[in-house]
Amino acid sequence: MPLRTVRAHRAHRSTGTPGEPDTPGVTGTTATARARAPRAGRRGDQRREGTWGWLFVSPMVLVLGLFLVLPILMALWVSLLHWDGQSNPFSGDADFVGLDNYRTLFTQDGLDRTLFATALRNNAYYVLLTVPLQTGLALGLALIVNQKLLRARGALRTTFFFPSVTSSIAVSTVFLFLFQGSGAVNSLLSWIGVKGPNWFADPRGVLSLILGGLGIVDPERPSGMLADHSFMGLSWFEWLSGPSIAMCTIILLAVWTTSGTFMLIFLAALQDIPRELEESAALEGVNRRQLLRYVTLPALRPVLFLVLTLGLISTWQVFDQVYVMGQGAPGNTTLTPAFLSYSAGFDNADFGQGAAIAFVLLALILCLTAFQRWALRERGARKGRKR
Amino acid sequence: MSAGGTAVRDRVERARLRRAARNPARPPVLGRFPVPWRVVGYALVVGVALLYLLPFLLQLVTGFKTDPDAAANPLSLLPTTPTTAAYERLFGLSKSADGVPFLRWLSNSALVAVIVTAGRVLFDSMAGYALARLRFRGRSLLFGFVLAVMAVPGVALLIPKFLVLNTFGIFDTYTGMILPLLVDAAGIFIMKQFFESVPREVEEAARVDGAGVFRIFWSVVLPMARPALITLTILSFQGSWNEFTHFLVATQSGQYETLTTGLARFVSGGLGGGTQYPLKLAAALLSTLPVAALFFCFQRYFVNGANSGAVKE
Repeated sequence: MPLRTVRAHRAHRSTGTPGEPDTPGVTGTTATARARAPRAGRRGDQRREGTWGWLFVSPMVLVLGLFLVLPILMALWVSLLHWDGQSNPFSGDADFVGLDNYRTLFTQDGLDRTLFATALRNNAYYVLLTVPLQTGLALGLALIVNQKLLRARGALRTTFFFPSVTSSIAVSTVFLFLFQGSGAVNSLLSWIGVKGPNWFADPRGVLSLILGGLGIVDPERPSGMLADHSFMGLSWFEWLSGPSIAMCTIILLAVWTTSGTFMLIFLAALQDIPRELEESAALEGVNRRQLLRYVTLPALRPVLFLVLTLGLISTWQVFDQVYVMGQGAPGNTTLTPAFLSYSAGFDNADFGQGAAIAFVLLALILCLTAFQRWALRERGARKGRKR
Repeated sequence: MSAGGTAVRDRVERARLRRAARNPARPPVLGRFPVPWRVVGYALVVGVALLYLLPFLLQLVTGFKTDPDAAANPLSLLPTTPTTAAYERLFGLSKSADGVPFLRWLSNSALVAVIVTAGRVLFDSMAGYALARLRFRGRSLLFGFVLAVMAVPGVALLIPKFLVLNTFGIFDTYTGMILPLLVDAAGIFIMKQFFESVPREVEEAARVDGAGVFRIFWSVVLPMARPALITLTILSFQGSWNEFTHFLVATQSGQYETLTTGLARFVSGGLGGGTQYPLKLAAALLSTLPVAALFFCFQRYFVNGANSGAVKE
């Protein structure tokens, strides 16, 4: 499309004087020029089109500029201050502290760093579990709904997709109810003789529980290397103890709500696989598993990458669910960087620190997005060359 | 020579496929699963579907239970003593001064969602049209800007947004809630994609007839964009109705609480035990209903929206 624009543009220009720049509006010329020659009228049209163009994008430029670009710049300034939210941060008497807010996050021993490290650990486990689970589940659901002979395919698709369109606050409320200590999930588990944990009040790490169960470490009193070494204020044991049971509930919620959206992306890709490809494979005499392994999955690879990276980007932004379901409790094990940034500013009135955390998070997510776009562009180019 | 041969074979092959395609039955490539597998498969599918349905079903049922009933029998699908007490309280028919001004939440959500949706549909399609069709200096730069903005995560902007709203003096006002949401980059992207697919000849014809830029946009191109506009309307409504983080940092007083911020404050307040779950779940259910109704009527457009995320590049 852009190519066509350029060509059309050139065709019009070639009738006029080549290389003459658009002269900015002198009043009156437009009308007289159009009366004299069609080509001049064309140029007047173009100038008017330019004005209209800027008029059309002006709401976008204003809103995005004022409420997206400007906030980032202002926050960058505030992240260099010690500011409690009361005075005007842009006047001369602001308490400028340089990179202190960043230093307390990474290099200075203290509560701030411990909390930040804890939030990073929690979110890292959240990402590590959520992304593969939601991708796998979404792929599975898409394969089910794509079965041509399955009854009620449309109804199933609706069912799987519905949680994705509801409000995160509303479904978090439902999950709070389901996963209470004596809630629906635990009574369901008791049917099969399992005594469920007190989900939202359980700060124990899942990995440490498994290791404890195997008798490798004692989760109550970790010792040796794991307890002696630490990184960013957290002992190795704390780094390696895994997501808490409370965090696992949030992970389950995330997998449950997002799998529907990703299912649709997979489904669209599945329906784009050329039938000839599957038919020729069938002529070769492949069975179902081979068809999936050698035909379907390779054809899905670009989409798989897309879904994985979209998941990777969105899971670092988890906030709403944390706000409703834990606010960091129990024992800071549901704390995430996004929530820590919010509570540093709004609960502890340390907006400089909150802004600094927000910038670290922003940098992380922008790096992931840049990687995704770069990789997808490469893929597109390679595909184009092959054709 | 060999290339020509392949082309011929290709054409024969394609003709065969076309014949196959015309055959309405179009059986799947590999036949049906054998019967035992089919039974297991259906059982599995039903099980998975239940996992997606049961939470909503329990939510619906629990809204009609009493507090003790909800705590004692969280899994039962029939209330032992059905009651509409939760709904009566939400709609202010009984003692309502207990921190759940549901009707206020509802009207705030509705007001904001309607204005934001109208704004987004208008401004996103204007910007999308300009970026797709109008020739002006800085256009490609602006499109790069839109793509960059789409990459900025909302949650990293919580404190920054508060700073700006505070500086402009619109913190804790409807203006502050609505204005920053009036344009969204993803919507602009969807509209730009759509306008690029409209044949240029239509506009050329209108231009020859002497129509101006705005006239062409408003009465020629926009009416053709109906499917994209419906998608955008639905996505915008859903987005602003479910919006949480922006309202959380843009307001602080109770009179501006929406369904999301109000419900979140109400629910996250008491973590201890099964207090007032019928009320909470009823409120959550009612706040889901408008989007759910839209979803069941216009599912196709939700699907379009989900897949537009897939073609970002």
